Amino acid sequence: MSDCRRQWNREDELPVYLAGPIATGPNQRKSFGMFSSVEGAFESKTIDFDNYAVGRKGSRTPRSGSRERLLDAGGAVGKTSSQARQGSLSDPPGEQDDARAGVEVRLSPGVDSADGQSEKLLIRGGRVVNDDQSLYADVYIEDGLIKQVGENLVVPGGVKVIEANGRMVIPGGIDVNTCLMKSYLGNRPVDDFFQGTKAALAGGTTMIIDHVTPQPGDSLLMAFEHWQEAADKKACCDYSLHVDIPQWDETVKYELELLVQEKGINSFQVYMAYKDVYQMSDSQLYEAFTFLKQLGAVVLVHAENGDLIAQEQRKILGMGITGPEGHPLSRPEELEAEAVFRAITLGNRVNCPVYITKVMSKSAADTITQARRKGSVVFGEPITASLATDGSHYWSKNWAKAAAYVTSPPLSPDPTTPDHLNTLLACGDLQVVGSAHCAYSLSQKAIGKDDFTLIPEGTNGVEERMGFVWDKAVAMGKMDENQFVAVTSTNAAKIFNLYPRKGRIAVGSDADVVIWDPDSTKTISAKNQQSASEYNIFEGLECRGGSALVLSQGRVVYEEGKLQAQQGAGRFIPCKPFPDYAYQRVKFRNQVKQGVTRGMYDGPVHDVAPMAKYITPSPSARTSPTFNQPPPIRNLHQSNFSLSGAQIDDYIPRRSGHRIVAPPGGRSNITSLG
Amino acid sequence: MSERRVSPDDDDCSSLLSRLGSDSPRPRMKYGGMFCSVEGAFENKTLNFDTFSPQTQRRRATRTQTGSCDGGDGGQGQMVVFSSGHARENYGKRQGDRLIIKGGKIVNDDQSFYADVYIEDGTIKQIGENLIVPSDVRTVDAYGQLVIPGGIDANTNLHSPQKGLNPADDLYQGTRAALSGGTTTIMDHVLVEPGTSLLSVFDQWRETAEQKACCDFSLHLDVARWHEGLYEELETLVKDKGVNSFLFFMAYKDRCQSSDSQLYEAFGVLRHLGAIAQVHAENGDIINEEQKKLLCFGITGPEGHVLSHPEEVETEAVYRAITIAKQANCPLYVTKVMSKSAADVIANSRKKGIVVYGEPITASLATDGSHYWSKDWATAAAFVMSPPLNPDPSTPQYLTSLLACGDLQVTSSAHGSFSTAQKAIGKDDFTLIPEGTNGIEERMSVVWDRAVSTGKMDENEFVAVTSTNAAKLFNIYPKKGRIAEGCDADVVVWNPKETKTVSAQTHNLTVEVNILEGLELRGVASVVISGGRVVVEDGKLNVTEGSGRFVPRKAFPDAVYRRIRARSKMAEARGVPRGNYDGPVHDVISMTKSVPPTPTSRGPPGPKTQSGPRNLHQSGFTLSGAQIDDHIPRRSTQRIVAPPGGRSNITSLS
Repeated sequence: MSDCRRQWNREDELPVYLAGPIATGPNQRKSFGMFSSVEGAFESKTIDFDNYAVGRKGSRTPRSGSRERLLDAGGAVGKTSSQARQGSLSDPPGEQDDARAGVEVRLSPGVDSADGQSEKLLIRGGRVVNDDQSLYADVYIEDGLIKQVGENLVVPGGVKVIEANGRMVIPGGIDVNTCLMKSYLGNRPVDDFFQGTKAALAGGTTMIIDHVTPQPGDSLLMAFEHWQEAADKKACCDYSLHVDIPQWDETVKYELELLVQEKGINSFQVYMAYKDVYQMSDSQLYEAFTFLKQLGAVVLVHAENGDLIAQEQRKILGMGITGPEGHPLSRPEELEAEAVFRAITLGNRVNCPVYITKVMSKSAADTITQARRKGSVVFGEPITASLATDGSHYWSKNWAKAAAYVTSPPLSPDPTTPDHLNTLLACGDLQVVGSAHCAYSLSQKAIGKDDFTLIPEGTNGVEERMGFVWDKAVAMGKMDENQFVAVTSTNAAKIFNLYPRKGRIAVGSDADVVIWDPDSTKTISAKNQQSASEYNIFEGLECRGGSALVLSQGRVVYEEGKLQAQQGAGRFIPCKPFPDYAYQRVKFRNQVKQGVTRGMYDGPVHDVAPMAKYITPSPSARTSPTFNQPPPIRNLHQSNFSLSGAQIDDYIPRRSGHRIVAPPGGRSNITSLG
Repeated sequence: MSERRVSPDDDDCSSLLSRLGSDSPRPRMKYGGMFCSVEGAFENKTLNFDTFSPQTQRRRATRTQTGSCDGGDGGQGQMVVFSSGHARENYGKRQGDRLIIKGGKIVNDDQSFYADVYIEDGTIKQIGENLIVPSDVRTVDAYGQLVIPGGIDANTNLHSPQKGLNPADDLYQGTRAALSGGTTTIMDHVLVEPGTSLLSVFDQWRETAEQKACCDFSLHLDVARWHEGLYEELETLVKDKGVNSFLFFMAYKDRCQSSDSQLYEAFGVLRHLGAIAQVHAENGDIINEEQKKLLCFGITGPEGHVLSHPEEVETEAVYRAITIAKQANCPLYVTKVMSKSAADVIANSRKKGIVVYGEPITASLATDGSHYWSKDWATAAAFVMSPPLNPDPSTPQYLTSLLACGDLQVTSSAHGSFSTAQKAIGKDDFTLIPEGTNGIEERMSVVWDRAVSTGKMDENEFVAVTSTNAAKLFNIYPKKGRIAEGCDADVVVWNPKETKTVSAQTHNLTVEVNILEGLELRGVASVVISGGRVVVEDGKLNVTEGSGRFVPRKAFPDAVYRRIRARSKMAEARGVPRGNYDGPVHDVISMTKSVPPTPTSRGPPGPKTQSGPRNLHQSGFTLSGAQIDDHIPRRSTQRIVAPPGGRSNITSLS
């Protein structure tokens, strides 16, 4: 970030975007650097994005580069991709050459409509990168599906040909964590399904999995339908849904079952934080895990210790700290790591796959790493924000800036965190990259201006996600391109059972394809983002790598800065339960423990009956945890222990009723021992 | 408990049996009685240790002898011949002995040296060579042996009832066994049941202990249910009653378990008072569910106990307890570290600088949890304790190594013994088995055998983990835990060469199963001096019921609290001085009003706890008493006009 700032400050010229329609900020801003964009953005968030949605993104090109062009054009609209790309900020000549050889779309004569579903497309000359291998091949797409992959394909006439010119052709990204409709005190995020998916597409993400966030007491089913309805109307890319469980009780079970079996939901989020609102106790978590495991669902966990957070918040407010810095102070890294540890322990006990959403700190990530090393089935999801920036901004003097970073768990103030998380991501200890995109406007954030606990939580990141993984991991040499595809798309598809329909370029897969340009560079700014929020937490960061062309459902939706998203084009993709990637190991581990076969103990038993009666009324006896367990009249020999179905020891004849007279190894009956 | 000793003892087995036989459905003497459990233990050990232990016969004799005097005319009537030739006239009188321990090597936690020790009036008066002492002094010969401070057992449960049953070894039996093993101070846990007054229970406990205990004792308080109202009582206990450690349970759901919030609050109070927080670290919620599950599976035997208390449940709770303690900036003492991973968590946290101490116990250092699967119910049940012994056979060695390198600090016994008949309450349901194992007597020898004679630990470290560290942590150092002039005359002459074999037949306890049955341990306390009196010599035990004194402990032990104090000063977080935000604010007022009735207000994590417009400047946050930052004027209301670094008001940001 600092690099950019410096660079920015060196330029005395008018920032490019100020030439645009929203350059209405006070004068002094122009001469100062980096956050003026943001300043400008506050008041002007009334912009109609649709107006220049097409062109705005063209300024993927940083300001200095596109300066002249933008100025002559008087706006970004209508620029061609190659033009837009030409002058990127730091571009060496070589890059420019490459840029000129960019993606071209040629329309052979006779092609019907450009927006028709039945578009036939051929991506020629690209390097197809899947999570397992890369190869040079052409990809032929028809009817929204990939029909052929290979060289020298025989394709029908009238095909639109996209020249990839040797660039990477990768499966479209899957953003596993967005909250585009999560209301906070009745306020919806400014990025709804339309804005959010548009931003996603611009960043190379062709599918999102959004969180349905019902309030305690709401019906999960109703909430789900509400979400689905809204998304069907608005989403520009395919989507699926997670359902958050706001509280655990018996009535939820029925709805969960329905959601899994009929509605195509296979992932549910539970909370260990938000005391008195969403938080579940360990017992409830245990029950929920057990139940969800039976349904074959993936358990997502928001892992923070809510009890301690509540205490810390009280303490910090008491100390007179009310600004956004109170947020990370009240949610230290340890509380996240602790909850992750606990969630994994619960998962191990129940033998249920656990998916930790939003891994924000080194210690939480390390906890996951160690648990995986011990064989736990656990997945970790760092998000764009934790991979690209850190929590030092909470101490910014600018309230708006500090508040923009408020998310839970908070960004870790440790500046080495992003690096560490990227390393773990590269080596496979963390598996999936989400964005946790949940953008609130500044005025919404300002609800908490006098009390940090009231600031709505959420950061942007859906658009920048793929770019930053490339920039921080691949461009740094930590990760190869295959692993890049795995963490941005394939792993998510596998975990949520969408594979190979999504997450792979193969015959029969959905035609969600991105042509990735590793050499492009852009500087992130709230001015030229798709998101409707007026702040971008990555403001000024430079990011290598970006999508050159995005296909969603076989249609070109983004091409070199031009976004042609169609509202409502997104389909709901149902997810089946029992994803192999998560559940195969679990199934094998499901074997049952067996007791020791012993003779009946018939030695003396301390007379306890009268004592117990005496003790029971007062809750004062120190006893083992299950004092309220069924009375000890259980007959060991009659409990045949069938969980249901065949047992592992079915072939062993039960020795239930008969008394062991002379077992091998000597008599084990206590009275006759010795 | 002791009335059973009254029975005429033709042989010691039947004397032990006499009480049991009464409620036994069948007389079992013919089979060797309750030692069938011991027989069971031999399944995997196959040795008859009785036959080759040179001491066994002697021990047995001692036992009988002492037993008879307990029931009969009391301790004074016994004739014991000491090597020094002194008669026994001094025994009834406390602090009567004048002793000189000659020729031994004095071992403290920091150094060893050869010197004589002169003891008078229950304190160590002189240390050095060629001491000038009065003429009528008894000499204890310690040539070739070590003279170490008496052991401190930081965790015993000699009086805590479980399910209405009192432990088989009460404060008399227990302390007697402790002395015979070289432990001269115990710290017993006072279990305060919910709804009872801490003070009254404490007073009662102390009274009982003063009547019964044969060695000095101190008391921890176990708080089963924390609430704010306990503050006064805690304060009294810490300031006036000499208690500086309180235990909280993270297990035993619905009975004793404390939630994270409760722990945090309690830890905050304890830090304020200068006490040490102890935790029984196991995740009670998970255990509860696992128990239900296992019982459903039809597993009812003692193996269900270990299956329902898996290692990671312990580890998780240790991790959580440490997190909470770190947040509350309170020193933490984890009782009963039973597994490798729990010990690792403690070691790692210590590396991160957290003030946490770990206590492995005799059982976890000496044996493992494979016995839960024993075919013999009584053996299996004898091992039942929480957290359970770990089935991983490499656990004892691992814990010993951590103990040797200082990652774990204190050894204790967690002695809480229940007879087989008492354990048999849970014969059809493992959750009802009273929890507790023996270990008070074997503790020192186990550490010596496992750590020192294997070369992991030196003799100074041995003194540290068995005595000095505990004394320091609990603020009774240097009165206890050191051999120096002015210290209490709790001294043990330790013979590293002798061995003894543990057996239920020869131990000084009333329980009929010893979980360490058959273990041969190197290192034996050959002479034990408690309060200036020789209580063990030549394998003979001579104790007086009620001779133990209560050892009060002061708050703010230096060893623990120095760091905590410094951190409280450092830990102050400061806000960022900013101008007031005066930009647009989304209109939410109408919403907030309508929201509270329906529980739909989405989560800023405490919307329900704070109602209405909080006046921040009035919440003075006093836990009570002085705050550490009292001297800093609160900058609450002043508006920052020109803060350093330029104005930060958002509207004028440039």
